[in-house]
Amino acid sequence: MKDVREALMVGRNTQGKLVRRPISPFMIGSAYKPQLSSMTSIFHRITGVALGLGTILLTLWLVCAAAGDGAFSIIQAVLASWIGLIILFGFTVALFYHFCNGIRHLSWDAGKGFELPDMHKSGRVVFAATLALTVIFWAIGLYIW
Amino acid sequence: MNDSNADPIIDIRRSQLGRARGLGAAKSGLHHWWAQRVTAIALLPLSLYFVLSVLMLEGASRTQMMGYMAEPWNAVLFLCLIAALFYHLALGLQTVIEDYVHTDATRLVTMLAVKGLIVFCALASAVSVLKLAL
Repeated sequence: MKDVREALMVGRNTQGKLVRRPISPFMIGSAYKPQLSSMTSIFHRITGVALGLGTILLTLWLVCAAAGDGAFSIIQAVLASWIGLIILFGFTVALFYHFCNGIRHLSWDAGKGFELPDMHKSGRVVFAATLALTVIFWAIGLYIW
Repeated sequence: MNDSNADPIIDIRRSQLGRARGLGAAKSGLHHWWAQRVTAIALLPLSLYFVLSVLMLEGASRTQMMGYMAEPWNAVLFLCLIAALFYHLALGLQTVIEDYVHTDATRLVTMLAVKGLIVFCALASAVSVLKLAL
């Protein structure tokens, strides 16, 4: 190691031996036991990336609506097809999870809810709220339909 | 770090101060952090508005869609949503890329491609909303 920028990449282990620090994603694999904290965290990231892909669909929907009747009827038919509905269902689950867990992250940013029991409780609340919001959304959506 | 299996050795012939000076954030980490939180807070009401809009526009014809966007509040809220959403997305995906892409060249190319696509989609969405509204 000759570059100062790499100085943060080494550390000493409990035996005092100089070791390379692990680089991401080291949390997935043998080094780290899956638990509620790590699962809610990785789900936040996965749903974030999924919503990013979903924004392509949002863009297509708006562009088709602006383009004309033909394009709009095609995108509406695609979204109302079985594959479209499955994608939309996944999109709503990801949206509601990211929304709820995002509030959890913001409360941590405000310095609240760091104690382990609180953190586990809020994690379970996030899962329950995601389920509830998804069910409510689709109940209303299918009722209107 | 050419040989990642070998035990690491520190061989930097510089003073501690020289080392420390090379280690600061030196970029724009704090601004990134704040922007991510501000857009997140903005997206709390805006995403709920979006969900309600989707329910109201379910199965809508193009004429109904144009009527919806022709309401100034709806057009403005959709433009706010587009701005906050795509900005938040760019910041989030930047973090993901920085975490998982470890080669400098690949990281730079991936970052530029992703951010370019995000700017493109954001503009396409905003122009579409304006076209529907006006």
